[in-house]
Parts: sequence; structure tokens; C-alpha cells
Amino acid sequence: MSPHIILRVVSKLLIPMIVIFGFYVQFHGDFGPGGGFQAGVIIAVAVILYALIFGIDEAKKAVPPKVVLWGSAAGVLLYAAVGLATLVMPFAGEAVNFLDYDALHPDQSHHAGQHYGILLVELGVLITVISVMLAIFYAFAGRVPDIPDEEW
Amino acid sequence: MSGADLTQFLDYTLIAMLLAVGFAIVRLRNLFAVVMLTGVYSLLSAAWFVSLDAVDVAFTEAAVGAGISTVLMLGAMLLTAREAEAPGRGRHLAAMLVVTVAGMALFFAIPDMPVYGAADSPANDYVGHSYLERTPNEIEIPNVVTAVLASYRGYDTFGEVVVIFTAALGVILLLGFNTGGARRREDEE
Repeated sequence: MSPHIILRVVSKLLIPMIVIFGFYVQFHGDFGPGGGFQAGVIIAVAVILYALIFGIDEAKKAVPPKVVLWGSAAGVLLYAAVGLATLVMPFAGEAVNFLDYDALHPDQSHHAGQHYGILLVELGVLITVISVMLAIFYAFAGRVPDIPDEEW
Repeated sequence: MSGADLTQFLDYTLIAMLLAVGFAIVRLRNLFAVVMLTGVYSLLSAAWFVSLDAVDVAFTEAAVGAGISTVLMLGAMLLTAREAEAPGRGRHLAAMLVVTVAGMALFFAIPDMPVYGAADSPANDYVGHSYLERTPNEIEIPNVVTAVLASYRGYDTFGEVVVIFTAALGVILLLGFNTGGARRREDEE
């Protein structure tokens, strides 16, 4: 791995910034372009960049395949749990609807329930998208031999 | 769209670059260059979407098209040859015929398309206006796209997340990544 010192140094500098940008996209999604899908892909790309430069085994140490497996289900379950919560929360009006976030918070005049609901379902989307992208990458990269040095 | 609108020349430039990249992808036989150029193609389309004010779509195109797909295509390329063989002449003619007919059909359909940015185009006509009017009062977040995606169409987005989860499930069931890769490498050694 020693010949790629420039790649390794530059990617070590870039990876934290990519992840922070991903979280910015995630939590700024209410105000500008972006959201769970895009942020998830960006954060997954940071891990994939790490895997390309430092090897797939190092990446699996940082983000174990088990976490990826559980994560891809956990995001979907979080989304569904928000939907179920809207059915049982006490602040709903007359109409009780699946994924009607107004039921999540009593402050109807500022629609705080909507904000909480969007935040939570976007978090579910984020967790699933990161995990699924990494799962697909791990599944494919595990079958491919490491990139030979002469092809860099 | 008056003559003073200069951004249309940006659109023309980007479309011309997309065409050039498209021709290059068709002409090249080196698969590594083709994979890189598909990434360039996605990035150019993303730039074009920004110019069309579709920033959320552009963002997704840049992240998914230019980012993840390029990496996955590189992974697929490592499993196969680096050079593609040129197809025979007969297939050229068949492809030319299909492209000509489809292209003529598209040009035939152009007059029926709504004017760019028209407020009464079918895409804006049905629920679009109502979402734009209701989001500031009902959701109170500035980005209407997020309001539609996560709240008004939360049920559809839930379906999308399940689809993505199913994609991973299928890949894991078919390929497996917990032990499969390691075992394969040990077999080779």
C-alpha cells in the first residue's frame, strides 16, 4: 500500500469532510436541496472511498458487515415505527392517518409534529440508504480481486 | 423565454457536451474509459438539471449517477475484460434503423410538448399548485420538495425505502458478503 501515499493522505483529509457534508445535506434537507437519499449516498461514498484506498478488509473493520445488515432493516423499521406512532399518539385530530405527522406533537399551530416526523423518517431513509449502498458494495467488492497496482 | 434569457445558451452548451460524451462512449472500446465517461455524463446532466432549476434531481443525479454507479461499474469492470470487441456491421445497421425510427418519433412528438416552464403544463397542473400553496401553512418548511416527499407522499417514500431494502436483500441473498469473499480468496490461494 505504500506507493499510494498521496492518495492515502488526500483521502484521509477528504473523508471526514465528505461525511460532514453528508450530514449537512441530511439535516439541511428541510431548507435546501437534499434529504435522506442523497445524504445516505454521500456518506456511503465516504466509506467506499476508504475501502478503495485502504482495502476492503480495513473498511469492514470500520463499518462491519453485521452493522450494515442490521442498519438496512433498522431504517425501514424506524420509518414504519413513525407511521405506527402517528396511529397511536394522543395528539391526533379527528382523522387518524398512517404517517400523518401532526399527531406526533401537540403544538399544532407551528406544525412541530410535521417537523419531527420529517426529521425521523429522513433519518430512517438515511440509515437504510447508507447500509444498502454499503451492502451492495461489500457484496460485489468481496468477489473482485483488489485493484492491481499498475491500474492506478 | 425571451431572447434576453442567456441561460438557454448554457443549456445548449451542456446538451452539446452531453452529445459529445455520448458519441465518445459509443465509439470507445476501452471499458475503463467508458465507465469514467458515464460518470462524466451523469455529472454533466446534473449540471444541466441545476440550470433547469431542478436542484434536488441534480443532487441525486450527481450523488447516485456520478458517484455510486461509477464505483459499482468499476467493480463490475474488474470482473470482466478491459476491452470490448467491436460489434459486426449487421448490428450497426440494425441499431441505426432503431435509432432513426425512435428519433423520428421523438421529433414528431416535440410540437405536442408544453412550453418550457409553462405553469399549466401537465406536470404542474394537477396537485403541484396545491402543494405549493399548502406547504407554507400545513408543513411550514421552506423546501416544498422535502414536504411532498416526506409528508404529503410519505407513504410512497416508505415504499421507496422498502424497495431499496429489498434490493440489498436480493444482492445479499444472491452473493452474500459475510464470509463468501474471504472464502473465495482462500480457495484461490
